[in-house]
Order: sequence, then C-alpha cells, then structure tokens
Amino acid sequence: MTAVIDVAAALARMVEQLQPALKNNPLMIGIHTGGVWVAEHLHQKLGLKEALGTLDISFYRDDFTRVGMNPQVRTSHLPVNVEDRHLILVDDVLHTGRTIRAALNEIFDYGRPASVMLACLVERGGRELPIEPQVVGEHAKLAKNQHVKLLGPGKLELRIQEGNG
Amino acid sequence: MNQGLQFDDTGRLRHLLTIEGLSRQTILEILDTAESFISVGQREIKKIPLLRGKTVVNLFFEFSTRTRTTFEIAAKRLSADVINLSVGTSSTAKGETLLDTIRNLEAMHTDLFVVRHGESGAAHMIARHVPPHVRIINAGDGRHAHPTQGLLDMFTIRRHKGDFGKLKVAIVGDILHSRVARSQIHALKALGVDELRVVAPKTLLPTAVEKLGVIPCSRMEDGLDGVDVVMMLRLQRERMQGAHIPSEHEYFNLFGLTPVKLALAAKDAIVLHPGPMNRGLEIDSAVADGPQSVILPQVTYGIAVRMAVMALIMGGSPGRREETHPVAASRARAVVTTRKRK
Repeated sequence: MTAVIDVAAALARMVEQLQPALKNNPLMIGIHTGGVWVAEHLHQKLGLKEALGTLDISFYRDDFTRVGMNPQVRTSHLPVNVEDRHLILVDDVLHTGRTIRAALNEIFDYGRPASVMLACLVERGGRELPIEPQVVGEHAKLAKNQHVKLLGPGKLELRIQEGNG
Repeated sequence: MNQGLQFDDTGRLRHLLTIEGLSRQTILEILDTAESFISVGQREIKKIPLLRGKTVVNLFFEFSTRTRTTFEIAAKRLSADVINLSVGTSSTAKGETLLDTIRNLEAMHTDLFVVRHGESGAAHMIARHVPPHVRIINAGDGRHAHPTQGLLDMFTIRRHKGDFGKLKVAIVGDILHSRVARSQIHALKALGVDELRVVAPKTLLPTAVEKLGVIPCSRMEDGLDGVDVVMMLRLQRERMQGAHIPSEHEYFNLFGLTPVKLALAAKDAIVLHPGPMNRGLEIDSAVADGPQSVILPQVTYGIAVRMAVMALIMGGSPGRREETHPVAASRARAVVTTRKRK
C-alpha cells in the first residue's frame, strides 16, 4: 500500500522557512542519499554561492557491530571549511534522530561550526534522541510499521510503505 | 589449506587467511570499501569511530616495517586500541608455544589478531583454535599467503588501470619463495585478467606453476612484451638455501627491471613492488623512482585496504540489513546486543 506526499509543496515550505537563516551566510550539507537530493534542490532555490557539502554517515553509525559495513559508502565531501560557520544540515526523513547524531559527530571531526540548523523534508514521530528540526517540509503521522522513502534523484517522490519493521 | 575456515555459516568473511577461495564479488566488495576509506586519510582528523573499544594485537614473528606500521595506522584510524608484539621481545623467545601465546592474549580480551609468521599455515592454525568472536588476519605466513598485500596490489591496479578484464599482467622475480606472488595470482585469476604471466629464471619458478592458470616465461623479452602491469617481487635471499641464481650481478642483467626492459611493456604500463626493494638487484633506481612507478601509492592504499578488511570482518552482517526492513528493526536489535554485553 502506498500513499504520496506532495514533495514540491514540502520543498517550497522549506525554502520559505530557510529565508531568515540566509543572513548568516550559511553553508549547506546534505546527508546521503536522499538528504543530498533535497539539499541540491534547496541549495539551488536559495541561490547559495558556496558548494554543497555531502556526508555519508556510514562510518559513524551506532549499529556497526550489529549490521556491519555498508560497502557502498559514498565519500563525505565538505568543500568549504566548517570552522566557525553556520551550517544547514539537510536530510530527507527525520525518524529516530540517530542519523543526525552520527552526522553531527562527523561534522565535528572536520571542525567546530558556529551553529547547526536541521532541515528535513519529512518529520515523523519516533524520536529516540533529543534532536528536533528547525525547518520541516511536512509533518507525517505514521505507524511504526510504515516507512517513508524518497525516490530520486530526477523527480523527487515520497512513498509511504507498510513494512514488517 | 582449508579456505572454508575464513567464512562463517552464512558465508560471511570472518577471518582473512588467504585470497584463495575468495570470490570476485568478495574481492570487489573489499576494494570498494577501501575506496571509501581513502578519504579518511585525507582529512584533518584521520580517525573514525568504527572499532572504538576493540583491541587489535599485531603479532609479528617475523620482522616487518611497512606491513606492521600500516596495520597499526589502519587500526588506529578506526579508533581501535593497538598492541604490537614482536617475537624478539615476547615470551615465545622463552619457549612458550604459539597457542599458549594466543590464549594468553585472548585472556586479555583481544578482538583481532594480525599475525605474521615464518611457517606456512600459522594463521590458519590460530584461526582454528580461537573462540568464534576472535578474528584473525594473516599478515604473511611462510611461503603461503599475504592476502592484504595481494588486495592492496589489486586496489592499486584498479585505481591506475581500471577494468581487470582488459589487462595483461606480468609478475616478475622470485615466484618460488613469494607468498605475495601466490596471493597476487589468486586475486588476479579471480578478477579475470586477460593474461597473467610469471617471469623468472626456471630455478625461481615453482614446478607446475602453469596449473595456477599463469603463463611461465623465463626471459624478460617474452614476459614483459606489451604488458599493462609489471609486478616486481623482492629476491628473498634469506629464504634461499642453495644456488637459485648464479650471481646477483647476472640476475640484475637478466631479470632486473631497467628502463630498457620496461620499454618492452605497454607505454603506459605501471610498476608495482611490495617492498622492501633491493635496488640494483631486482629493480633499477631509475624505474623505482620513475614516472611509471606506483610503489609509494601502494603503501598509502595499503592503509585503506587494511582498514576495509578490518571493518568488514569485525562488523556485523550487511546482508541481514537487506532482508528485514531497515533501520528500526536493526536498531532495536543493536540496543539489545549492547545491553547483553553489559
């Protein structure tokens, strides 16, 4: 069973909410894979001058001893020094908060940013850590066995699927 | 030797003892993982937390600089605690048996042993006797295998020459005594190179070497003609008993890699050497330091490849993540596991 969320409208809401942050000349960082797609869109719409950073948090996951390495790790690439900069961290779906915890740890291995703001396309319940987004495209109320998946990178599309999780 | 020993019941790599028996897919998975670790070495903080809290013991019964150091750096970049033991300073010198040494180190809660030993099969023997949660990496056993060297050579070739299927490769030198050559041959055959030659005087070629699927050549002119990759080996004088070569001078004249001989290979051929080099014996300095040499990049790649092997054998199962649906379920299990350990 699938349902669809209007991605274009959600992205437009994110662009709107991000306007006040522009005064700090922020640096944008997307989390692989879906977060990078969302970040690419926002980066372009906001007209940010500096290159988009990308993070693959595989090396920082908290379940490595259980699930092991993902051999398809993409390279994290932060083209601009994060030291003392205001960052906008972008992900597609915010669920437990563990991905964001890992991303923050990785970012701090590169330097000490002035601030980090979290922007996500979809916020759903189920947080296991004290992490909350400042910018949200869509709040979704989902049952535990429902998963949101972003399809891309061409036309972005959100699917809600029922799984056995 | 038993290659099944390095896999668990579900076919996951648990120890790395030899390349023999590894599938093309497994080798490529290791190389892909290593590729992602290259970036860690280029960062300001060259450390990631994957093996935090794990203990790695580098157990070297034979002297080594490069291999031991790169294993140590690899483990440290993964945040493991590393202990280096060499035979000269260990209790083996006082008469302790190999297994007693291992059992004592196990009692100190070692998670991974990196073992180099002069006897072929030493790492296999240790792997048979350790409890299931302890992992073994073979860092060279006698004349048998040196799998991480073979893998880092494959990584180097892929980075500089691309697709294995199109490549002609020559392994040159002391094939007879070389565990590196054996690991290279198994890897190159699994990856399906177009042509694989071994070049050496007959006295330094194992009998029936062609059964491994290689073309033996006893002249450099035949061996190097048109190859894309030249893999030099160190002449292992310390393992030679009796007369394998007439004289070092003559060996260099016939088999030493000079610019003139390298010109027989393809114009853009690369030259590898596992180190340490005997300059003026198997390789001329003009080649070793020349534009076609990738000998120093090999060392750098060796760190990423060893990180990849450690991460893959120490981690859980990536396969299992595919079956059940993602994140929530596996994370719930992760919590349970952590609690049990406490």
